[in-house]
Amino acid sequence: MKFDTPAGINPIDKGRVVGIPHDRIDGAAKVTGSAPYAYERHDAAPNAVYGWIVGSAIAKGRIAAMDLRAAEAAPGVLGIVTHANAGKLGKGSMNTAPLLGGPQVDHYEQAVALVIADTFENARDAAKLVRIDYTPEDGKYDLAAESLKGVMPPDSFGTPADTKAGDFEGGFAKAAVKIDQRYTTPDHSHAMMEPHATTAAWNGDRLTLWTSNQMIAWGVGEVARTLGIAKEKVRLVSPYIGGGFGSKLFLRADALLAALGAKQVGRPVKVAIARHQIPNNTTHRPATIQRIRIGADKDGVIDAIGHEVWSGDLPGGSPETAAQQTRLLYRGANRMTAHRLVTLNLPEGNAMRAPGEAVGLLALEVAMDELAEACGVDPVELRIRNDVQYDPEAGPQRPYSSRKLVECLRAGADRFGWDKRKAKPGQVRDGRWLVGMGVAAAFRNNLVGKSGARIGVDAQGKVIVETDMTDIGTGSYTIIGQTAAEMLGVPLDQVIVRLGDSRFPVSAGSGGQWGANSSTAGVYAAAMALRAKLAEKAGYPADKAQFDDGLVKFDNKSQTLAALAGREGLWAEDSMEYGDLDKRYAQATFGAHFCEVGVDIDTAEVRVRRMGGAFAAGRILNPKSARSQVIGAMTMGVGAALMESLEVDTRFGFFVNHDMAEYVVPVHADIPQQDVLFIDELDDKSSPMKAKGVGELGICGAGAAVANAIYNATGIRLRDYPLTIDKLLKAQAA
Amino acid sequence: MKAFTYERASTVEAAAKAAASVQGARFIAGGTNLLDLMKLQIETPTHLIDVNHLGLDRIEKTANGGLKIGALVRNTDLAADKSVRQDYAVLSRALLAGASGQLRNKATTGGNLLQRTRCPYFYDTRMPCNKRKAGSGCGAMQGMSRSLAILGVSDACIAQHPSDMAVAMRLLDAQVDTMGADGAARAIPIADFHLLPGDTPHRESALKPGEIITSVTLPKPVGGAHVYRKVRDRASYAFALVSVAAVFGKDGGARFAFGGIGAKPWRVEAADDAAKSGAKAVAEAALAGARTTHHNDFKKTLVERTLASLYRQQEARA
Repeated sequence: MKFDTPAGINPIDKGRVVGIPHDRIDGAAKVTGSAPYAYERHDAAPNAVYGWIVGSAIAKGRIAAMDLRAAEAAPGVLGIVTHANAGKLGKGSMNTAPLLGGPQVDHYEQAVALVIADTFENARDAAKLVRIDYTPEDGKYDLAAESLKGVMPPDSFGTPADTKAGDFEGGFAKAAVKIDQRYTTPDHSHAMMEPHATTAAWNGDRLTLWTSNQMIAWGVGEVARTLGIAKEKVRLVSPYIGGGFGSKLFLRADALLAALGAKQVGRPVKVAIARHQIPNNTTHRPATIQRIRIGADKDGVIDAIGHEVWSGDLPGGSPETAAQQTRLLYRGANRMTAHRLVTLNLPEGNAMRAPGEAVGLLALEVAMDELAEACGVDPVELRIRNDVQYDPEAGPQRPYSSRKLVECLRAGADRFGWDKRKAKPGQVRDGRWLVGMGVAAAFRNNLVGKSGARIGVDAQGKVIVETDMTDIGTGSYTIIGQTAAEMLGVPLDQVIVRLGDSRFPVSAGSGGQWGANSSTAGVYAAAMALRAKLAEKAGYPADKAQFDDGLVKFDNKSQTLAALAGREGLWAEDSMEYGDLDKRYAQATFGAHFCEVGVDIDTAEVRVRRMGGAFAAGRILNPKSARSQVIGAMTMGVGAALMESLEVDTRFGFFVNHDMAEYVVPVHADIPQQDVLFIDELDDKSSPMKAKGVGELGICGAGAAVANAIYNATGIRLRDYPLTIDKLLKAQAA
Repeated sequence: MKAFTYERASTVEAAAKAAASVQGARFIAGGTNLLDLMKLQIETPTHLIDVNHLGLDRIEKTANGGLKIGALVRNTDLAADKSVRQDYAVLSRALLAGASGQLRNKATTGGNLLQRTRCPYFYDTRMPCNKRKAGSGCGAMQGMSRSLAILGVSDACIAQHPSDMAVAMRLLDAQVDTMGADGAARAIPIADFHLLPGDTPHRESALKPGEIITSVTLPKPVGGAHVYRKVRDRASYAFALVSVAAVFGKDGGARFAFGGIGAKPWRVEAADDAAKSGAKAVAEAALAGARTTHHNDFKKTLVERTLASLYRQQEARA
């Protein structure tokens, strides 16, 4: 099915199941421990042995020699995979550095060996006996020091590195009010709950990977490419995933090495990347340096806006596209954005929840706060004044499909009690706390992607949906179940949803907050095909048949789904593909974050006291799981604002604080009341679901609202994240 | 984790004797720190002596009005003990500021005193660390040292002592009771229990081979307002950047001990003498001899500010 004209009234609009808050249908399996995760597939691969990854001890250089004798002789050791015995390997098109290093070493903790043993403990202990002599080489690890050498990177996901409209320099030069500031954000670790993990088994030349991966079809392709085997020989199974945040978009070392290990020892092997290895072995969100210039009139109306971003990555890597939202969020005739990429020999930088916007808004939305102050305009009002209902780079010929930023700002401000905010900083005191409020706009692109599904009715009238879509904790099972239930007129408990298996039709997968809308649209397409088959079998006209209460109805006649399905069941498969509506219309999700913080008058400890937000993201398919997505993302935003930072040791070239004790993320005590309001919106140009993504919107701008609240509380403007006690104390002293 | 042998000791004497007679033996109680370190092979004991069944889990009043805390009393139980809460509230508060509920359920009084630093270079066995591997150098001094110590440090090591409980114990002038391999009991003032790194940062306590902590004895209660303030990068479950244990007397006097800044739980008696002069004077006395890096020099300011906050709180109460 092709979606190339705006959606009219369709079965989803009935809203009997879709749009109603539902508990997640996989919840009981998860909380009872019966949902099988990748490392626990005793059911599927009962005789698996254990692999432990040996990570490089240097950041750049070569392996001069490896001595495996002691490790091989250790108790229980069954085999050791290294570059010397792994055979010729390709490199995944989405991997910047090879997942198995050697003799060249590309980054610290890059896998250089896998030790396989009969027990986990034996594998881990023997790994310590692998002796490696390195010849280190000098590398580059300091983004700030290298930033002048940044080059313009190639287009990333179809978007150019640089954009221009009008005459930015001219417009900025003559602006009545100018903001010109530099902001920095550090490297971030995804810190999802479940580490990367895989159980691998070969059956002849066929490989099965029970793994934890957000993108099944990508993964199949990358496994085939790396191992040099046909895609048809590879099966990926990933029904349950304990969080990903972008860390599991790609094939990683656990899966590749489990496959190589299983081949070497001739039986299933399972590998998890240990928690302390994750920050340096896998991907991270790259640090940025950002310069923002805004020129406005004295009322704060923007005429010129420019956003430049510097980030680093391994050779062949990609930039952090932090200027993305600045192309689309606010008005202004004269505009420029630019990304520059610096070669760094740190571990691979890549996507983390809302790549681009999550850190771009940490800068832009503080710059807007600075502009509001410079113009003496309320920060909510400033954003309303600069609203634009079309893509401001392309002009009015490219309107937004739907854009309710102003509604979010107004409704959010109202609920939060924004009118009680004092414009002048440092005015509100509550005991030992200086109290302040901040606001920031939320913006995240809406991406759509081709997505397929198979849907059937069995003899009992149960509806079964199969798609390789993943549920990374987001609630995909439930919204897919709701969609199928809505389309076929059955209650949610009559639907069985099967996900995350490459034997199922290829979906859009989970990433970039495109998963919910795209995958349910794929289910919609398949369901339309099944409805036609059912109607035909019933002898009813397909466009007039009604699907209610487990019945197909037409003209006072009806037949049960179960009867129509018969003993064989009835199945249909289709996918949703997209025309050019996302070219003709700018598509994005919007919101407004509000935050109140307290800052200790003596110690500069920051405590978030309350957060509130209003969001417009099309149809909210399941308000319960959508709210969970948003409050989780807001929490991550607090982490980015206040504490999260991978600290780079520029001598050794690695992230030093590579465990959960030292890489701090918010805990319960850091997160107070969070209020989420969804603004009614149907986006008929996004998909037949009229939904958009919501999984990343909540992090976008959340941290900036915290930063702006700190400024309002204290009068201290920090531009280098995270905004920690040491920085606040130094700024106070200055 | 390297393979090790294991025994369950049934008497204190037997435990001490076994520990002295086997090279590389270690006691294990809660295991909340040791097991993590063993998994990373930072600790590689050849033999573990389980001391959980020695009956050292009682809290008793002493004849001279103090409190004797068995070495195996769990942090949770100690924090909740009625006489601790009544007479040594700073200890209860310090305990509850540390770790998480789950960890406190396992962690013991004796083990807590012996917990090892959180320096990230100590934790990565590929990095130089004089504490982990004598003579290998210090990765932290020129590296990331934001969380590390500024007092009692040496050219060899700037690791911080991570305990909260031990800071309160230091404030209260606790004494560490031990039994040696020869069966002789000894009482070590807590001030002398932890060693400064000097040239031998791998040596962290005054315990001799085989010597086992049997209890910690607190002297008579110190009257006054007991406070423990821990400043860290998040609201809970993180190590201190700076912590201050204090008892404020009615006469304006006070005593202080500090966490997060010292190579060991830090107390400068001279700082107590400055109590009546206020936070700045106390900080100045406590921070005498501080040696900071570019990353951790903020801790000096933060010590003063944390003290100022405590003074402000006392004034508000008065």
